Amino acid sequence: MISVLELSHVSKLFNPGTPDEKIALQHINLKLNPGDFVTIIGSNGAGKSTLMNIISGVMKPDAGAVRIDGQEISGLPEYRRSRWIGRVFQDPMAGTAPRMTIEENLAMAYRRGARRGLSVSINASRRSMFRESLERLGIGLENRLRAKVGLLSGGERQALSLLMATFTKPQILLLDEHTAALDPARAELITRLTDTIVREMQLTTLMVTHNMEQAIRLGNRLIMMDKGKIILDIDERTKKDLTIEKLLGEFERISGHKLSDDRVVLGG
Amino acid sequence: MISSLIGAVELGLLYALLALGVYITYRILDFPDLTVDGSFTTGGGIAAVMISHGYNAWLSCIVAFAGGIAAGLCTGLLHTKGKINGLLSGILMMIALHSINLRIMGKPNIAIIDADTVLTSVNPWIVLGSMLIIVLLLMNWFFRTDVGLALRATGDNDRMIRSFGANTDTTKIIGVSLSNGLVALSGALIAQQSGFADITMGVGMIVVGLASVIIGEAVFGARNIIHATISVVLGAIVYRIVVALALRVEWLDASDMKVITAVIVIIALVFPTASRAMKQKKMAKKRTEEITGALSKEFKGGDLRA
Ligand SMILES: Nc1ncnc2c1ncn2[C@@H]1O[C@H](COP(=O)(O)OP(=O)(O)OP(=O)(O)O)[C@@H](O)[C@H]1O
Ligand SMILES: [Mg+2]
Repeated sequence: MISVLELSHVSKLFNPGTPDEKIALQHINLKLNPGDFVTIIGSNGAGKSTLMNIISGVMKPDAGAVRIDGQEISGLPEYRRSRWIGRVFQDPMAGTAPRMTIEENLAMAYRRGARRGLSVSINASRRSMFRESLERLGIGLENRLRAKVGLLSGGERQALSLLMATFTKPQILLLDEHTAALDPARAELITRLTDTIVREMQLTTLMVTHNMEQAIRLGNRLIMMDKGKIILDIDERTKKDLTIEKLLGEFERISGHKLSDDRVVLGG
Repeated sequence: MISSLIGAVELGLLYALLALGVYITYRILDFPDLTVDGSFTTGGGIAAVMISHGYNAWLSCIVAFAGGIAAGLCTGLLHTKGKINGLLSGILMMIALHSINLRIMGKPNIAIIDADTVLTSVNPWIVLGSMLIIVLLLMNWFFRTDVGLALRATGDNDRMIRSFGANTDTTKIIGVSLSNGLVALSGALIAQQSGFADITMGVGMIVVGLASVIIGEAVFGARNIIHATISVVLGAIVYRIVVALALRVEWLDASDMKVITAVIVIIALVFPTASRAMKQKKMAKKRTEEITGALSKEFKGGDLRA
């Protein structure tokens, strides 16, 4: 079976040759099968965001290869990879255009990966499709199609970002602590939406989280990172009997130090 | 008085194209493009040269528009492919255009005072009015297309639109080109209206454009693209009226206009930031009082003597 995503020997070095030199990723090997929903945990600076940025093409790896559906894509710029990759960022401001309306944002998401031409983006049939999709979020955005996104709350924006990122069923969905900036109730709402959408669309997903309980509860695979390496890869069966204590214990045993994450949340 | 007001409205309509061009870069792309000072002259120069050589005035407008697009294209390429800071790309292009404009014109000043222009053929109000309406309609159509949305998103959140597959280099280049096309067209019309093109006619045009955009938005609002573009046109007219009125003040000279314009822009730029900062300060004070107030209450509530 061809992996949806395959990273082989991916390494990334920041500020090479300077006193600030920093190995962010070393020899990362990772294969995702279709429908894999992988949660990623790890201490601050472990390289989780760098990994996401390398997959999406924001950064280029210094060594190694990134393949999607068996095709090498390391040379492609971010905007050309986006036809396969949907992303939600940690910052609720990052995933939407604030001065544009909800329907305009959705219209842009709808054209992911397609050639953009001179046809008018929004017509009646698209608008009703947007409305239907928004209804499924269950937070009333379907009645505010023409509201500027900048007026939405962080949680609403993140829900919209999630919908936009998954709108055209990307091959890979990358979520980088996308609930971290929200209050617990909103975070839980977005987590639930994520779980529903990923399952319904059977999206191959990588989700970085600092919430141990969430990392265990969601998905079928859990990866632990430390100092630029994947130190543990837990499959579905093992994950079923995992507890937060076991997970933290395992981290300490392998890495030799405690999991240090300034945003770490143990429970949900 | 009335005639000078009518003159101001006419000038406003001519400069409205410049203002719309500046609106595209400054507001939509969030790119302060100084090419404008050069490309305005490019447009005026091309029109004057062609008209004085007997070419059709409408044709000269089209060529001027194309000339502006070419200038914008260069600035866009410098900024995106050359990775030169936006302001600097504009300045470089503006300086380069000074020489290029002299080459186009052949001399620093060309008179076309008796020639047929687009403003002499039919009633100038009809020409100007229909031209502006067409430009407004085209802009409002363009900014609702897929490319147009991507262009707007580039100025709003470029990281986001890249993650949806738009090449933001391309959208920036398109925006800066269109903008300078409009600016050059405005220059071509001004040359025809005033009867000459001068190598210095573009000096300070970026500030005039900014003033129009800012006045228009402040006075008439900017809820969406249609609303904002109409406001910008009205802003250009209001600006010209302000200028006409200022010139009637005895101790002000025509040459003081640039400083007045700069002051208008400075006020318009400083005022919103300052008022936002004030609001934030007030808010912070209020919240602090609420929170510390709540804390001291909590403290009392936890008092063990109760
Ligand atoms: N653009 C950059 N330039 C220099 N160093 C960087 C850059 N981006 C990341 N780093 C460094 O690379 C390392 C990995 O960073 P990364 O952001 O991937 O960590 P992370 O696992 O996402 O951490 P966190 O949990 O804090 O988000 C860190 O030491 C960081 O300081
Ligand atoms: Mg991170």
